[in-house]
This record gives sequence, structure tokens and C-alpha cells, in this order.
Amino acid sequence: MKGDNIKKFFIYFFLALGAIVMVFPFYWMISGALKTAAEYNSYPPVWVPSNWLNFDNFVRAFQKAPFQTYFLNSLLVTLCSVTLTGIVTILGAFAFSRLRFPGRELIFSFLLAFMMVPFEMMVITNYQTVTKMGIINTIPVLIVPFTTSIFYTYILKNFFDTIPDSLYYSARIDGASNWKYLWRIMVPIAKPSLVTIMLLNAISSWNSFLWTSMVINSDKYRTIPLGLFAFMTEGGSDPKLQLAASTVSVLPMIILFLFARKYIVNGVARGGLKG
Amino acid sequence: MQVRIEHLTKKFGDAVAVSDFSMNFDDGKLVALLGPSGCGKSTTLNMLSGILPVTSGKIYFDDDDVTNTPPQDRGVGICFQNYALYPHMSVLENIAFPLEIKKVPKEERLAKAREMAKLVHVDMLLDRKPKELSGGQQQRVAIARALIKTPRLLLLDEPLSNLDARLRLEMREEIRRIQQETGVTTIFVTHDQEEAMSICDKIVLMKDGYLQQEDKPQTLYDDPHNLFVANFLGNPPINNLYGTIQNGRFVLEDGSASIKIDNPNAKEGEKVVMGIRAESVTISKSGDHDFEAVIKQRYTMGKEELAFLNIGNQVIRVYLSSDYTYDVGEKVFLNLRQKGVFLFDQETGERI
Ligand SMILES: Nc1ncnc2c1ncn2[C@@H]1O[C@H](COP(=O)(O)OP(=O)(O)OP(=O)(O)O)[C@@H](O)[C@H]1O
Ligand SMILES: [Mg+2]
Repeated sequence: MKGDNIKKFFIYFFLALGAIVMVFPFYWMISGALKTAAEYNSYPPVWVPSNWLNFDNFVRAFQKAPFQTYFLNSLLVTLCSVTLTGIVTILGAFAFSRLRFPGRELIFSFLLAFMMVPFEMMVITNYQTVTKMGIINTIPVLIVPFTTSIFYTYILKNFFDTIPDSLYYSARIDGASNWKYLWRIMVPIAKPSLVTIMLLNAISSWNSFLWTSMVINSDKYRTIPLGLFAFMTEGGSDPKLQLAASTVSVLPMIILFLFARKYIVNGVARGGLKG
Repeated sequence: MQVRIEHLTKKFGDAVAVSDFSMNFDDGKLVALLGPSGCGKSTTLNMLSGILPVTSGKIYFDDDDVTNTPPQDRGVGICFQNYALYPHMSVLENIAFPLEIKKVPKEERLAKAREMAKLVHVDMLLDRKPKELSGGQQQRVAIARALIKTPRLLLLDEPLSNLDARLRLEMREEIRRIQQETGVTTIFVTHDQEEAMSICDKIVLMKDGYLQQEDKPQTLYDDPHNLFVANFLGNPPINNLYGTIQNGRFVLEDGSASIKIDNPNAKEGEKVVMGIRAESVTISKSGDHDFEAVIKQRYTMGKEELAFLNIGNQVIRVYLSSDYTYDVGEKVFLNLRQKGVFLFDQETGERI
């Protein structure tokens, strides 16, 4: 009994320590964004801002750089990306899981092999492609290259594979087409898996930086991460404003995470990999 | 609707799953497709439903050749072993799904679904999801869904195999009731001979892809065409005694006993198996007898008492009469009735 309690104490102690280490930067960012100049510069540091509703830093950050534009761009890119990638992933996974066509296994093995190639290696060729397509420095260039994801297709195909054949045959005998079966039966059943995929996709799309920084060079198409980076280097030397801007940029993801925590954790645990 | 199959064959690569199978399924009857695991029952069923293309042979529904008709145009309802209910839909939606595909207006199809639910007695569960149902309830829902578009042919693939023994008894009566109320021609796949014997109008017995015999359950039991059929049907299983024909008598392998037979087809010197149903043996302590035997072990099954006996070095199982008590090790006398005693060729298994 006593040994159990000690063990428990240590487990909780280290979990709490871990949680603090993880959460503290976020806390520092948000609270810093709400501090006055005096509070921010005081020594020893002030841990808690005096007024939790002091949004001066936010207002000033938004005045210095068009964060609303960045924000809308990010939102647009993320929504389009999630929708398009979702549709392509569903169709691809269905084909690989349900349809019989020659070379299916071979093609799928190749795709899996391609998954090993890191994105950074394809940046150059992708860059050349989008230049030829003439979509460089536009919003679509942030969406089009990411509409197919082998990783998401792989996750969804695996899920589709677990749906028994008899459901398919049963639906076929009742007269359902492949199309109808996919959208009326398979997709609803795969909802948890799909939501996970879409969330992972939304997060990576929202945070995408390397690619965006290469293909976007005008201010009006900047997304949040790019805008934030530019803000740090070009405009604001005031760290309070940087903290305010950072807060705005991560807020949507934090809210998303709070609402959909279950799905994200499930997805990461099931996939065994990060998206 | 009458279903006729002619020389139906299915090969998977080199493996033959169903071989030259010809058969008539009469209109409005409940027919059991019976056989051990892997004998091709599901394969046959899937060819009837159109899920599996045939390798060769023909399938007729009444006079229409449906061999190459796609599944949705055949008018069959099917119920799979795992029920194949759609997990995200309620019971009502599940049952109504075939009509939804047919674009029947919502009000109409839900009304029809409620009616079907009532027929199979799940009308109090309409809003539940499949995983909130017991196995028996799921099975009823699956049958309702198979029946809602009033199929010409209902196919049931081992519908009871996932249920516990009690529910199985109950559900097989239910299937019989539903089949009789709707009058739909039904083919019922099972590997349980008792299930087939108890509710079906006719049994089709298969083995290794070949039709063995098809007839009314009682006829199959009383008049098996071969040793496999005799062994497959009946509980307790039929007794097999090995021996040869000598001078118009059946002589046990070890020569320890013999019995006169009047079967004109039995050839002198032929090696045979004598199949003896347990209930075709009368046991007594004295008097005229065909065999002498020694009681080896006794056991009860329900209200019946049975015993394993040694005849020479072979073993048979018989019912004990309640008039006497018998002790293990005791010597008893056996008489065989005419009915329920068969001779089979040892090599081919064919009835003599
Ligand atoms: N898709 C397939 N590919 C290759 N062989 C198959 C396939 N489906 C079935 N078989 C083979 O065909 C034979 C008959 O199979 P089938 O499923 O019809 O048996 P069954 O009588 O339904 O058995 P059970 O009672 O176990 O369901 C088996 O030997 C099986 O291995
Ligand atoms: Mg089967």
C-alpha cells in the first residue's frame, strides 16, 4: 500500500513537472502579451499581468502589420487545403482499399516508398513545377501541392480495410453504386479517422512555413507564420507586440485542439507517427 | 419463385469450390444448404446473389437466365453471417436502406421499415444503433433489411452461427415463422444438421463442392445414398461397423460375430460398412439375438440413457431401455431393426 502511494506520488510529480514545462511558454506568451511596458520590463519579473483585459499590445501589433490579412489568408488556405485534401484522400483510399485494378498492390507499395522521401527534398522540384504552372506568389500555390497526401491516404485506407466486405456486398445487392456506398456507408463509418486526418492536415497547413516562405513574396498573400516572421525581423523590436502577434497566430489551433483533443490523440496514437 | 441451377461450377484458380452442381429450389420453400466447413455453401450462395461470377453453368430464376445479371437486378435479399448492419445507422435506417437506394420517398420507406420491424419483432428498438443490440436482435434486423424490398429469393448465410445455443433454438423457429408468413423462397446455409433437420422443407447436402443428396429431411435420414450422408445426419451419430460379406452374412472384421442380411446387391467377399442408427438397436438380457456385446460405458443425454458397447473390437452406441438396469462390463444381446440399418461399400462409400 505504502509503496503504491509513493509510486503514485512520483508518477504524478513527474507528470506535473512535464505539464508545467510544456505549458509555461504558452503562459508566458499570453501573459506577456497582456502586460504593460512597466510590468514587462520590471525586475524581478512580474508573473501575473495586473489587467487581464489589457489588449493594447494586440491593437498596436495589428496597426503595425496587416495581421487580419495574414489571418484570413491562413484561414482560406487551411480551409481549402483541408477540403481538397480530404476529398482526394477519401477517393484515393477507396480506390486502394475497395476497387480491384491491375497493379494495385504495386502502385501502393511505390507510394509507400515515396513517403520515405522527406518534403524538404522535393521542395526544389515542386518549386520548378509551380513556376511552370504560373501560380507562384498566389494563394493556390499554398494549396495545390498538398492536395494529395500519401500518409493520410495510407491511414484512411487502413481504416477502410477494416470495414467488412459483407457491408459492401450487402449494399451492392441492395443496388448501391460504389459512389453511393463510399459516401453513405464508408465515409460515415470512417468519421473518427477522417476527422483526425483533417485536424492533422489543418495543423500542418496552418503552421506551414518553409514552402510558404519560398513561394510567397508579396505582403498581401502572406499567411500567419510568414507574417509573424516578417514582423519579428522587419517591424517590431518590441517583444510585447511579438508576443501578442504570436498569441493570435496560435489561438485558432489551441481552440481547435481543445475541441478535438480526443481525435488528435487517437490519430497520433493509431498512426504511430506524426503527420 | 423457383430457382434452378444447372452444372454450376466455381473455381478459384486451380481450387474447385463448387463442382457441377445441379438443383431445383421450389417456390416458397425453405431449403437448407448443409455441409461441413469449406464444402462450398457460401460460394454457392454468393453465386446465386450475383456477388461471385460463375466459372461455368447456369442459374435460372423462374424462366429467366440470371447467370450474368448484376446483383442489384436479381431481386434477392441476403443476410450475412456477421449480419453486415451499417454501424452508423439506426435500426430503422438500416432496415429502410434498400428502399433509400431505390429512392422511395422518406415517409413511405420509413412506414414500410416499421412494418418489417414489426414482422421480425424489433419494433421497440428502432432508434438504437446496431452495437446496442444483442446478437439475436441484430440478426432480426438483418433479416428485416433483407426482406424490405420483397425479394424473390431470400439467402441466409449461417445466420445463427454467432448466437448462443438457446437463442439459436429460438431464432430458428423465428426464421421458420417469418419465412412462412412471407412465403418467400429461402435458402438457408448451415453446417448444423439439427438446425437443417428441424426447420427446413428440404435439405441439400454438400461435400467438397459436390452435391451428395437432396431431399426432405426425414427421407435423407431414413434413406441416405452414401456413408457421408448417413454419418452427417443424426444425433447421436450413426454407428459404423466394418466387415465383409460372406455366405450372405455380414461378418465383422475380426470374425467375432456375423448377421444374416437379405440385400440382393451385396456381393460375396465385398468389404462393407454397416451403418446402424442408435435407435435401430434393441438391447436385451436374453433371447434371440443378432450380436452379443459388452457394455463399456454409460451416459445420459437429456432423459435418454445411452451406452457404448463393444462388439468384438468395434464400438457402437445404443439407447438403453429403461426396463432393466445394465452394469458396465455386463454381457448383453442386441437385435437390429430393419429400418435405420444400411450397408455401404467401404471403398466408395456408396449405399449397397
Ligand atoms: N476467394 C477465394 N479464393 C480462393 N479460394 C476460396 C475463396 N473463397 C472460397 N474459397 C475456397 O472454396 C471452398 C469453399 O468455400 P466456401 O466459403 O463456399 O465454404 P463454406 O461451405 O461456406 O464453409 P463455411 O461453413 O466454413 O463457411 C473452400 O475450400 C475455400 O477455401
Ligand atoms: Mg460459409
